[in-house]
Amino acid sequence: MAEPFLIGEAMTGGYGGADILHACTIAVEKGQIAVIVGPNGAGKSTAMKAVFGMLKLRAGHVKLAGEDITALSPQARVAKGMGFVPQTHNIFTSMTVEENLEMGAFIRRDDFRDTLAQVYDLFPVLKQKRLQAAGELSGGQRQQVAVGRALMTQPKVLMLDEPTAGVSPIVMDELFDRIIEVARTGISILMVEQNARQALEIADKGFVLVQGANRFTDTGAALLADPEVRRSFLGG
Amino acid sequence: MTRNLALFGTVAVLFILTGMFQSWNLSLSILGISLLSAIMALGVNIQWGYAGLFNTGIMGFTALGGLAVVLVSARPVAEGWAAGGTGILGGLFLGAASIAAAVFAWNRMAPGRARMLVTLVICIGGFILFRMVFDPAVSAVEAFNPATAGNIGGLGLPALVSWPVGGLLAAAAAWAIGKISLGLRSDYLAIATLGIAEIVIAVMKNEDWLARGVKNIIDLPRPWPVPYEVELQQSAAFVDWATRWGFDPMTASSIIVKLMYIALFTAVLLAVIWLSERALNSPWGRMMRAIRDNEVSSAAMGKDVKRRHLQVFILGSAVVGIAGAMYTSMAGQLLPGEYNPLRFTFLIWVMVIVGGSGNNWGAVLGGLLIGWLWLIVESLGPLVMSGIVAGMADGALKTHLVDSAQHMRLLTLGVILLLVLRFSPRGLIPEK
Amino acid sequence: MDILNALIVFLNFVFVPGLAYGAQLALGALGVTLIYGILRFSNFAHGDTMAFGTMVTILVTWWFQSMGINFGVLPTALLALPFGIAVTALFALGTDRVIYRFYRKQKAAPVILVMVSLGVMFVMNGIVRLIIGVDDQNFTDGERFVISAGDFKTATGLAEGLAIKTTQAVTVATALIVMALLFWFLQKTRTGKSMRAFSDNEDLALLSGINPDRVVAVTWIIAAGLATIAGVLYGLDKSFKPFVYFQLLLPIFAAAIVGGLGSPIGAIAGGFLIAFSEVMVTYAWKKVVTYIVPESMAPDGLLQLMSTDYKFAVSFAILIIVLIFMPTGLFKGKSV
Repeated sequence: MAEPFLIGEAMTGGYGGADILHACTIAVEKGQIAVIVGPNGAGKSTAMKAVFGMLKLRAGHVKLAGEDITALSPQARVAKGMGFVPQTHNIFTSMTVEENLEMGAFIRRDDFRDTLAQVYDLFPVLKQKRLQAAGELSGGQRQQVAVGRALMTQPKVLMLDEPTAGVSPIVMDELFDRIIEVARTGISILMVEQNARQALEIADKGFVLVQGANRFTDTGAALLADPEVRRSFLGG
Repeated sequence: MTRNLALFGTVAVLFILTGMFQSWNLSLSILGISLLSAIMALGVNIQWGYAGLFNTGIMGFTALGGLAVVLVSARPVAEGWAAGGTGILGGLFLGAASIAAAVFAWNRMAPGRARMLVTLVICIGGFILFRMVFDPAVSAVEAFNPATAGNIGGLGLPALVSWPVGGLLAAAAAWAIGKISLGLRSDYLAIATLGIAEIVIAVMKNEDWLARGVKNIIDLPRPWPVPYEVELQQSAAFVDWATRWGFDPMTASSIIVKLMYIALFTAVLLAVIWLSERALNSPWGRMMRAIRDNEVSSAAMGKDVKRRHLQVFILGSAVVGIAGAMYTSMAGQLLPGEYNPLRFTFLIWVMVIVGGSGNNWGAVLGGLLIGWLWLIVESLGPLVMSGIVAGMADGALKTHLVDSAQHMRLLTLGVILLLVLRFSPRGLIPEK
Repeated sequence: MDILNALIVFLNFVFVPGLAYGAQLALGALGVTLIYGILRFSNFAHGDTMAFGTMVTILVTWWFQSMGINFGVLPTALLALPFGIAVTALFALGTDRVIYRFYRKQKAAPVILVMVSLGVMFVMNGIVRLIIGVDDQNFTDGERFVISAGDFKTATGLAEGLAIKTTQAVTVATALIVMALLFWFLQKTRTGKSMRAFSDNEDLALLSGINPDRVVAVTWIIAAGLATIAGVLYGLDKSFKPFVYFQLLLPIFAAAIVGGLGSPIGAIAGGFLIAFSEVMVTYAWKKVVTYIVPESMAPDGLLQLMSTDYKFAVSFAILIIVLIFMPTGLFKGKSV
């Protein structure tokens, strides 16, 4: 079996103190959606941050398209084709929607108008509000700005930290639809989600983490069907 | 412990060397001022070391202490007081009352246009009333014998009484400023105190009725038990004693006076240290440090952070005020033009940082060491500079360099502050 | 009743001086607010940076004058200004490299950085005093007036004259050009936008690949430029005295806070607000009122709210009012 497009393998580490991750493995294939779920404090976000290089690993490594990127800084990983949408503070509130997207494309020196048009096609509401300050938008629209900003570098992998935190169920469904659309364009999606059931429904692959270690790993559908997963993590 | 003793020993040696190679008079007068600076540094250390409050208005509190000396211990000007004393008091009272009324109205009324209007009317009306009562009274006071008086005079009480009053005055100012700017972000307190200090000095320079402004007040009485040099020189017993020990009576008298001041200041210094050490090791002190180290969690535990900060701010400022009063008492005169933020605010900060913030002994060491350095450079700087430029041909540049030697100390202190912050941020005697 | 003459007196003694002073404060406050927005501390060395930049400009001006170079009717100092800016910018970059960068990497608390800026203030103050001394330096040359009071009177036939000094006109014109350039830079250029992004959300800016060292360097250069321009304009309009520049720190900070720290537009509004308040509160209104009210009601007193010695108290009072009622300032600056 070929190695996945992006893999954080046997990652062990934490924020300086005790380890939070214990030989945790997260991976996503090209053009697929992988979802990390688990109870509060399971280290879901930490696992994703580890993949993105935001904490130091004591053991394990991260590989992107076969290349070992464990030693790279987050900024360098962005340049390698990874996009990251933090859970909070993920937009420039005082800047317009368009400026937010421009800042997303900051590392690009080529003409990014095509990408801008693509993002506007994906999120039509952003085109409407392109000259409005991003901080004045609704919660769902802000998340669209945040995702749009990350897409401006034309990443090969898009990583989302709880994109639906704090938005209404209707907005959540819409966001998930958009995420599926993004995946269809060939971008791999790695996502941490609190709404485990809905997230697993759209996931090609699911990782259930407990206390910083892998508990279950399977396709989204299989996990949803697994009675133990259902009982312990999906509330029956 | 041995390290700390060694540090204090080094400072002592510096003073002894100054006495031996320059003069004992100089060494002792530097020591007196350094002791006062050390007390101010203690006050600042209470604010910064215990609570992390950044006060850049030390000069203002020092000057308020000096003002207290004039108001309490200067000789009374009965005619001046009779001419307008009550009017001035009445005017000030009206002013304070209208501010209080405005605050009351603002707090009690429902938000809205009416509240805004009422508050404004009280403020403007109060200001007009204040000026109507205050202005004529001031003119009356200042009209009386402006060449020698023109002010309301003091109470003629002993100088020692004025010291705690200086503390009280500074504490009152600290209360007002703390009420407003504590609880906001830390730089705001710095800016607010910087401003209040400038305003205190402006008031003291311009309100001639208060302390004669830039016309200065001189001949303030000495604190008990410090004698006057002239008295000593005229006393047969003293001259006898001095000659018996082989001293020149003139020099001996001024040294005795300085030693007396030093003894007084040391007593106050030790009292302040003793009190603040006790406070620091009490439950109150532990709470203060807990608040400083983690404001959020202390607030979450139900500590009233703002109130504690206000307490500490007032206490520290009061200590500075007392030291300021002592300074004016020793100088025997109040010269508002002399107060300058570099000398009276930022120099004290350098003392605290260099000595060790959070540690009272550190603050004292910093006060003595930096105080010595600051004053010795004044007398040694030109000497050193002329040595440096001795080989140069006479000319404009050489004169300029010699003349500017006095400015070297700002540069030196800046560099010292930056070096300590960078390489030894905890200071010479770190917090335990 | 003589509205026209009253208006001329008002323009001559309140509006024109207030406008020039406001422009100087606004430029100073812009520097403070930019440093605050990007580097997140109140730079107490800003007043002395102004003094330093002005000093360099004065030295170059003297050099030009000694070589017989002048700028016609305009002050020679304007020709020397670019040199002043360049040297000050280099100095600011140097202090950042040697001093501030260490604390930035450490993520030191803002109050530590403020204290460090105090140290820098001492050093700059010492350098300025060493080189140029503490005395007043007048370096204004060129034509003194755009319109002198006498010319105005003969031209209009009014009893009151309106004088506009060249330095006032130069101040307002320069300030307008500088502000327009700054806003164009911040709003339209890639680097300017990256600075706004960095000020808005540092982590996300880093994530977007914005180079923090570059942003910080550009900020120091701009702040040094603004400080030098503000200092030179103030020095041309009044005179250059190092200690006065230190004291300008208070109205400048007041302007920046009143406008909202971190907000450039707020700094400009705050600068003019503080300047006009200072001038209006310390101006003796007697002459204006005498023209407006009937003769019988002419005031006896000077109608001066406060003596000019208390101008700091005015900026301070406004600062306090704003701190009490809207701690983030008129234009919603940063509050943390």
